[in-house]
Amino acid sequence: MKAARKVLGVALPAAWLAPRAALPAAVLLILGLVPVYAAATGDAFALTLFGRVVILAIAAVSLNLIMGYGGMVSFGHAAYLGIGGYAVGILWKEGFASGFVQWPVAIAVSALFALVVGALSLRTRGVYFFMITLAFAQMVYYVAQGLDRYGGDDGLTIGSRSSFAGLVDLNNATQLYYLCFALLLASLFLVSRLVNSRFGLVIEGARSNERRLRAIGISPFRYKLVCFVIAGALCGLSGALLANHTNFISPAMMYWTRSGDLIVMVILGGLGSLFGPVLGTVTYLLLEEALSRVTEYSGLFLGPALLLVAIFLHGGIEGLLGAGSRD
Amino acid sequence: MTEPLLQVAGLTKRFGGVIAADAIALDIAAGECHAVIGPNGAGKTTLIGLLAGELAAERGSIRFDGRDITTLAVHSRSQLGLARSFQITSLFADFSALDNVALAVQAHAGHSFHFWKDARGEAALREPAMQALEAVGLAARAEARVDRLSHGEQRQLEIAVALATKPRLLLLDEPMAGLGPDESARMVAMLRRLKGDITMLLIEHDMETVFALADRITVLVYGRVIASGDPLAVRADAAVREAYLGEQDAHHG
Repeated sequence: MKAARKVLGVALPAAWLAPRAALPAAVLLILGLVPVYAAATGDAFALTLFGRVVILAIAAVSLNLIMGYGGMVSFGHAAYLGIGGYAVGILWKEGFASGFVQWPVAIAVSALFALVVGALSLRTRGVYFFMITLAFAQMVYYVAQGLDRYGGDDGLTIGSRSSFAGLVDLNNATQLYYLCFALLLASLFLVSRLVNSRFGLVIEGARSNERRLRAIGISPFRYKLVCFVIAGALCGLSGALLANHTNFISPAMMYWTRSGDLIVMVILGGLGSLFGPVLGTVTYLLLEEALSRVTEYSGLFLGPALLLVAIFLHGGIEGLLGAGSRD
Repeated sequence: MTEPLLQVAGLTKRFGGVIAADAIALDIAAGECHAVIGPNGAGKTTLIGLLAGELAAERGSIRFDGRDITTLAVHSRSQLGLARSFQITSLFADFSALDNVALAVQAHAGHSFHFWKDARGEAALREPAMQALEAVGLAARAEARVDRLSHGEQRQLEIAVALATKPRLLLLDEPMAGLGPDESARMVAMLRRLKGDITMLLIEHDMETVFALADRITVLVYGRVIASGDPLAVRADAAVREAYLGEQDAHHG
């Protein structure tokens, strides 16, 4: 059994404190210091770029929960980004500016959507599951395109960010960033608890060998469904943050290529490792940004890079750091 | 006399035109070790599949502990106390040995909608799991990942996982499959220790093992029971000698 150390009264797996945790820790530290750097240098773009990284990292963390730990390769995860974003945008348009309304609605509608998609898709496996989740996401995409009142295909510019009764001011870029960052840390903590709980073991068992799981007396469907709903809700939150970050929603938020990006981030970082999705998101978005500065054809370089990861780096970036990605 | 723990009547299953189970009748009393033997293709694994619930019977009934379980799902049968080991090892390959067994303990400790507490820190799961590993002689390998265990160790773990569900009836599908002579001997010794405490249905090719362990033997040929009784009677049975024992080699392959 792995030793656990108590930090602030909470037992953390010893692995968190091992040398292999150095890179994730360093990355989180850097992410935490971005606003300081931005303030010192007046580089507002850094805050915008890294804000996006932090928000999409939450989405990647949620995808990793079902895909990495649960083996459910959803190709429609961007739908929840869109649903979360549209919940914020539509409520703003209809006069509900409070984040206390917008965000819970974003999370609840995403969870509900996940419940429906999961209930219909989780009895299938592999490529069928993949196709059903894709189909649902595209359906939401086309629905959003048809919402003329909310900008249709062009999207909707949101006039003001969610208000939290003076608790936090999201119009302040630094406060928005730190809220997103805190929520990323909270998501990581949530997932670390989940995957090591009884629930988490069942989820990992379902990924590993469903037949065996049934033979020992567990029918995996309900557990996978709950896991799917949790991931959808978390990604919905990420969507709500994204809408606040860009002050803009559009169907493009949930186009299928976005779902593909999320999958790539998770695989790049290391499937089924806690920090993998964060490392993957940072790497992917920064690489994309850097390449877009030197060439119009960033995909031409990103593609082969991913190919190399897929061929040589089965554990993703996390796997590079030494020990196996699952512990 | 009390009702048998397992009562199978008229159990029938076809795959296309092949009858894999032809009106099988079988009673297993609580506490007995019942061996099912038969040449390859006799329908032994089909029988296990039907009893465990992975295959649906076309006709016939299965009663377990006085309850009709003919149409019950695999996981529900496990909850009633029916455990199995797989002929071809089927474990959580990327889990540790202990996690494999602990998850089986957990499966029989109420629902698993516990989201927060570290399951690997729960003594209520880990201690019984460790005991099951000890029972099969794998305690020293508790932390090893399953895919790093030897084939023999994986076979032992199969039994430990089944034991961890506290079964009332253990279905053993060729537990010696692929084992060397020493490993086989250890497995037989282990099953002999379990005998009496746990009712067993043992499917096995190796006649030495069968006669060493079984209280009663049922002989299957082409999905049909041709003899059933105590080992001496079965050994002496003319039909069995003709169909199986005497011609064992001819049927192999």
